[in-house]
Amino acid sequence: MKTEAKDPVVEFHDLTVSYHKKPVLWNIDMTLPKGALIGIIGPNGAGKSTLIKAAMGLLPLGSGFVRMFDRPLDKVRDRVSYVPQRESVDWDFPTSVMDVVLMGRYARLGLLSRPRKADKEMALNCLRKVGMDAYTDRQISQLSGGQQQRVFLARALAQEADLYFMDEPFAGVDAATEAAILGIMQEMTAQGKTVIVVHHDLQSAAEFFDWIILLNMRLVASGPIDKVFNNDLLQETYGGKLTVLAEVGELVKKRQIPSREKY
Amino acid sequence: MDTFFEFFSFSDPNVVAVVIGSVLLTASSAVVGTFTFLRKKALVGDAVAHSVLPGICLAFILSGSKNPLFLIIGAFVTGWISLVLIDNITTKSKIKEDSAIAIVLSVFFGIGILMLTHIQHSGNASQTGLDSFLFGKAAALVGSDLVTFGIVAVILLVTVGLFFKELKLIAFDASYARALGLPVKAIDLLLTTLTVLAVVTGIQAVGVILMAAMLITPAAAARFWTNNVKTMTMIAATMGAVSGLTGAYVSYVAPAMPTGPWIVMIISAVALLSFFIAPKRGIVSRAVSQRKLQYQIMDENLLKALFHLGEEDDDTYKGRTAEEIVEKRHFPKSRLMSSLKRLRREGFLTKKGSQWAFTEAGKLKGQRVVKLHRLWELYLSKYVKIAADHVHEDAETIEHIITPEIEAELERMLEYPEMDPHEERIPY
Amino acid sequence: MDAFYIITVSTLIAISCGILGCFLILRKMAMVGDAISHAVLPGIVLAYFITGTRDSVWMIVGAGMLGIFTTFLIEFFHKKARLQTDAAIGVTFTWLFALGIILISVFAGQVDLDQDCVLYGEIAYVPIDLWITESGQNYGPRALHISYIVLILIILFVRIGFKQLYLTTFDPAFAATVGISVSLWNYLLMGAVSMTTVASFDSVGAILVVALLVAPPATAYLLTDKFRNMLIITCVIAVVISFFGYYLAVYLDGSIAGAIVSVAGVLFILAFLFSPNNGIVFKRFMQKREAARMSRGALEKV
Repeated sequence: MKTEAKDPVVEFHDLTVSYHKKPVLWNIDMTLPKGALIGIIGPNGAGKSTLIKAAMGLLPLGSGFVRMFDRPLDKVRDRVSYVPQRESVDWDFPTSVMDVVLMGRYARLGLLSRPRKADKEMALNCLRKVGMDAYTDRQISQLSGGQQQRVFLARALAQEADLYFMDEPFAGVDAATEAAILGIMQEMTAQGKTVIVVHHDLQSAAEFFDWIILLNMRLVASGPIDKVFNNDLLQETYGGKLTVLAEVGELVKKRQIPSREKY
Repeated sequence: MDTFFEFFSFSDPNVVAVVIGSVLLTASSAVVGTFTFLRKKALVGDAVAHSVLPGICLAFILSGSKNPLFLIIGAFVTGWISLVLIDNITTKSKIKEDSAIAIVLSVFFGIGILMLTHIQHSGNASQTGLDSFLFGKAAALVGSDLVTFGIVAVILLVTVGLFFKELKLIAFDASYARALGLPVKAIDLLLTTLTVLAVVTGIQAVGVILMAAMLITPAAAARFWTNNVKTMTMIAATMGAVSGLTGAYVSYVAPAMPTGPWIVMIISAVALLSFFIAPKRGIVSRAVSQRKLQYQIMDENLLKALFHLGEEDDDTYKGRTAEEIVEKRHFPKSRLMSSLKRLRREGFLTKKGSQWAFTEAGKLKGQRVVKLHRLWELYLSKYVKIAADHVHEDAETIEHIITPEIEAELERMLEYPEMDPHEERIPY
Repeated sequence: MDAFYIITVSTLIAISCGILGCFLILRKMAMVGDAISHAVLPGIVLAYFITGTRDSVWMIVGAGMLGIFTTFLIEFFHKKARLQTDAAIGVTFTWLFALGIILISVFAGQVDLDQDCVLYGEIAYVPIDLWITESGQNYGPRALHISYIVLILIILFVRIGFKQLYLTTFDPAFAATVGISVSLWNYLLMGAVSMTTVASFDSVGAILVVALLVAPPATAYLLTDKFRNMLIITCVIAVVISFFGYYLAVYLDGSIAGAIVSVAGVLFILAFLFSPNNGIVFKRFMQKREAARMSRGALEKV
């Protein structure tokens, strides 16, 4: 079940992604609409994070390609923002909330130049949006899980992008933070920005998103929530792995086969 | 050359002692190293090795003698303290393990150097042997020293033998071992003790600075030759022994030369060789099997192309020229010719004039590849829900690696289908 | 005057090492720093042998290249031979270090280098080894000039690349998505570490330089959670350990480098135990006070 987007912001074309040579995503082919809040849903090990990492160029692609705004990623990096999983960084790192948010401005600064006053004001604005403006000078090691996630969101906002990829932003946050993050995301999409979120909780997914991608090693469905979020498709997504696909994946890894032939 | 025969005839009893000593010491540290390597604690051995220096110096200062028993006790104590410290620093502060290891290693060594230079400058005549612990001196392994170090080495080997099963299990999967009800903490403690002991025994031959190599390198090399822990231990021990023997020889030929670096050079050469040429895991072997795979893919694609040609004009066994084949699928000329010859040699093709044709075996093989290709396309579109116009590329790869088991499963799941998603007949 | 030169040189070296060390420990690459400091040895010996002097710029550059090669080799063994990282580090540096020691033995007599120098340097000779031009002008100890030049280069490097170094250290995935090359900055940092190691080699030897790379930054890390303060404290520690280390060595009549490192170790342990926000003694004290407060609260309720 696949709905193609009109005027797509992101296009995945026949994307196959391998992790340590083992294909974890097969032939993902879809287009995603502008201004939507999009949830990527699927069981553990389905390749949800892998999909957005591959989209951001953090993993090598076995085959296929991803285009954003109808151009390759390298041409539009300043319009795309990525929010990694909270656990992916060391929160003992000696840095302050303000410093982290300013990192969102780094791409726009030259090699030598330091963040200017305008950048700091901009960062403060972003912190205000996520309700963390009282914590600008706080060291990140003193933050709670929800606060850490808000800081990451503020950093992404400071990038002023048009397309956002977020890896599990709702994982392990308190109810207040969840509501705050969701509110900001809805505001962003209302402004025509596109937000793509890896999400693990089925219950809340139905309330949060207006477009759903169902993923389990392959694309099960992609489309507006009312078309996709039904028992049959969810059953198909969560109803166990495709054993043959998994076995062949192991074989590809074992034989070190190139994922596409040269001629 | 004379010294070579002199040494390897083992007529000199001193030579025998030194050889037995260094082989025993290097082999036993290699054995223990296998487990620290598998437990991913290789660099901890490095820290222990550097940390025994202050212990040795302190034992010397306190006892005033070079009796190996005191030195071993001293080394053992500081070696142990270093491990406890690393553990404490990592668990009780935000310092991560790598920094903790580096700090303990370098600071203990610094303290050791301070003590050693202090001893040297205070002009104590009997200290001259102490710096042989830095880079090792196998030739010094004679008399009572040999007995003491030898006993420790034997204790080490026997202990590993007794607890082999447990050590293997925690090295492989500590949480599983815990689930089985094994005292993981106690076994880890045992491994720690063994590591310290291995370092203590090895320093006479290799020296504290390069001792880490004796723990890490034989195990790393052995890993490339086997997947079995027991075999791996044996191989590591043998490699360690060979390098120990070389060390003894160097020490015999050039007494001024430190033995440690030579032992490490030998074992490193063995390891480098293993990284490259070991069957299956080695870099070269993997490149070779990649090449074989390339050949296989080429051959199968060629047979497939011939089968397609046969499908088109309903004459499977008709002879075709190389040009006809290239027209069907664009193979590079040289690869095509070598593949044609290879397939003829293997009895899949025959050649009449410039015409190449299937043999019975060749037809079956080509047919199977085509079948697998179409089965996989069908599987992708039916089960993986990929559009029919997107499945071909993927099947081009997968057709070459499907095993007979998966083939049977696909046939069963798809219920021996007749047509693929492109309405092409699946040949059986 | 001798004491002044020695303390100054060791302070400058310790600051250079410490600045780079702050990045190393936060990147969890302290042991790669250890590996590099060992692995540059054969490069140093060969450079001595070829140029015949110990103060050529080429030596620093050449041996520095070997440091980058080491980083590459570790990655090669890890990726191509699929050896686990810790073993890849261990195999690489022991091998190169052993090669260096053998080269020293082989060139003994032709090269003004011995094993002691490798182990703990010859900082005591700093005041003797003067830089005298052909016209007879005396510019003071050579090591002094080398060490401040290195420090200036390190400060320039960190200043120019601060944003990139900081971001690739904190969040490499994010850095990559905004278009910063993580591996380029990794190699640049390792190159800087190699250069500093080579330049410090004469004074503190190959092994003790690791202590300067790791111990002062780790101590500072325990004392603060601001990166700027971490750099400042590292520099202060560099001065303190050089000063006390020198006099400890004089008192004990032992190696100066060994004594400096010993003092650094003592400072680290003190920070580990008594740091105001991270020390274990302080933490225990706070827990006790908390427990007392709780029980008092419980009593009041009753």
